[in-house]
Amino acid sequence: MNTTIDSDRLAVKTTELTRRFGDLTAVDHVDLEIPSGGIFGLLGSNGAGKSTVIKMLTTLLAPTSGTAEVGGFDIIKDPAKIRGRIGYVPQLLSADGALTGYENLLLSAKLYGLPRPERSARIGEALTLMGLTDSARKLVKTYSGGMIRRLELAQAMLHRPAILFLDEPTMGLDPVARHAVWDRLQDLRRDYGMTVLITTHDMEEAEALCDELAIMHTGRIAVVGKPAELRTRLGASATMDDVFAHYAGGGISEGGDFRDAVQARRTARRLS
Amino acid sequence: MDRFFRESSAVAEVELIKLVRDPTELLSRAVQPVLWLVVFGQVLAHVHGIYTGEVGYLAFITPGILAQSVLFSAIFYGIAVIWERDLGVVHKLLVSPARRSSLVFGKAVSAGFRGVVQAVVIYLVALVMHIPVRHELRAIVGVLALVLLGSGLFSTFSLIIACIVKTRERFMGIGQLLTMPLFFASNAIYPLELMPGWLRIVAQVNPLTYLVDALRALMIVGGESVRGYPVDFAVLLAVFGVLLMVAVRLYPTLVE
Repeated sequence: MNTTIDSDRLAVKTTELTRRFGDLTAVDHVDLEIPSGGIFGLLGSNGAGKSTVIKMLTTLLAPTSGTAEVGGFDIIKDPAKIRGRIGYVPQLLSADGALTGYENLLLSAKLYGLPRPERSARIGEALTLMGLTDSARKLVKTYSGGMIRRLELAQAMLHRPAILFLDEPTMGLDPVARHAVWDRLQDLRRDYGMTVLITTHDMEEAEALCDELAIMHTGRIAVVGKPAELRTRLGASATMDDVFAHYAGGGISEGGDFRDAVQARRTARRLS
Repeated sequence: MDRFFRESSAVAEVELIKLVRDPTELLSRAVQPVLWLVVFGQVLAHVHGIYTGEVGYLAFITPGILAQSVLFSAIFYGIAVIWERDLGVVHKLLVSPARRSSLVFGKAVSAGFRGVVQAVVIYLVALVMHIPVRHELRAIVGVLALVLLGSGLFSTFSLIIACIVKTRERFMGIGQLLTMPLFFASNAIYPLELMPGWLRIVAQVNPLTYLVDALRALMIVGGESVRGYPVDFAVLLAVFGVLLMVAVRLYPTLVE
């Protein structure tokens, strides 16, 4: 393959990426190219395969067949190299409530091998950027949902990853907190040149935040394009919801198994 | 090695901070061993129903009760891991470049802190009840080392079970199913000689028996180890090593 030059510019490139769970093909021969330096949205109903793609790209799950390159490294051959170069914010609010914001960040700094002299400067910078300096010494269980999300962003950016993965980053947040997260993601892209990959099923988020989108349906990529492009393709008055309904097969509320619902509810509970 | 130490101590330190900040769980865990010694131990010591040689019955079971509380506080540690998985904490740890072995070992070390607290409680109870425990520094250091080793071993065992069953409900069932047999099929509260043959065989492959055997020699005045505590140490270390290797392989499957 003569793609070496191209793949240097690509943050992620998947090649027939496939994952089966028993009889279910969660991700089915996905070919996806995500350019560096943008915010890319992976959309789809619950159960469309978004989270499984993210798990494979973040080296949590091995593909059944096919492969992918993340930051120029193969997910099967070089998972350890990828781990040092990506940041990850899981769907659930996973910062440790029994620790302070600072302690959460310090743990990340150590696990990511930041040299001791740099740790406090990096932590301070991340706290400032996320607007959490005043709350750094408070226990995370006293934080609001939006603050926990921003803390997790701070944790994920501490080691200056080339690519940031976020699974449903604003699910369950109120509109103000949601916009704050969007603004911070745009800062990270602009100031640090990070590539941001998010999954969402929120069309407003997709349109407001993403440079480019891929919509998944039953494990396959249904369409890839810029939000405005996708809308005009369907007609002058088409909204993003129409685009989603068209490509993701049916209404937004469809799909999703019991486990997704339970998880979503659990997140919502933690936020309230 | 440096990196391994940095990563596992980072994981363990976090657990230590949390324990110090909220010691309620530690204190409630201390109730059970106290009951065993004060109620069960005293009653059975009165009836002289179990022959324990030169050492009195209370002194005989003190190391057994310490081993039991090490086992009980370590074995439910898998629940915490499943909880962390449900919250996405395990995902976050596994996406980081930290080695899997450091994460698993760090967790095993943090289980040791709980064990050490149990040991302190039991030494205090022994002091109040005039149980003849050894107070030389060497003996106490040996006991603490055994407690750390035992906690690490049983918590890693618990981690393995958590990786296999993956849900809290199933883990609770299996946890109950395992702890009592491990405890009763050991030399914790009666000598092996009193057991029927088949049970003695079970007890001899039970790591708890080796933990109790070594503790008995190091903790109690006149206490004797059947195998010699260096042998016990070696067996426990070997089992711990094997369990660690299995856990390192299984831990990443928690998030699949």
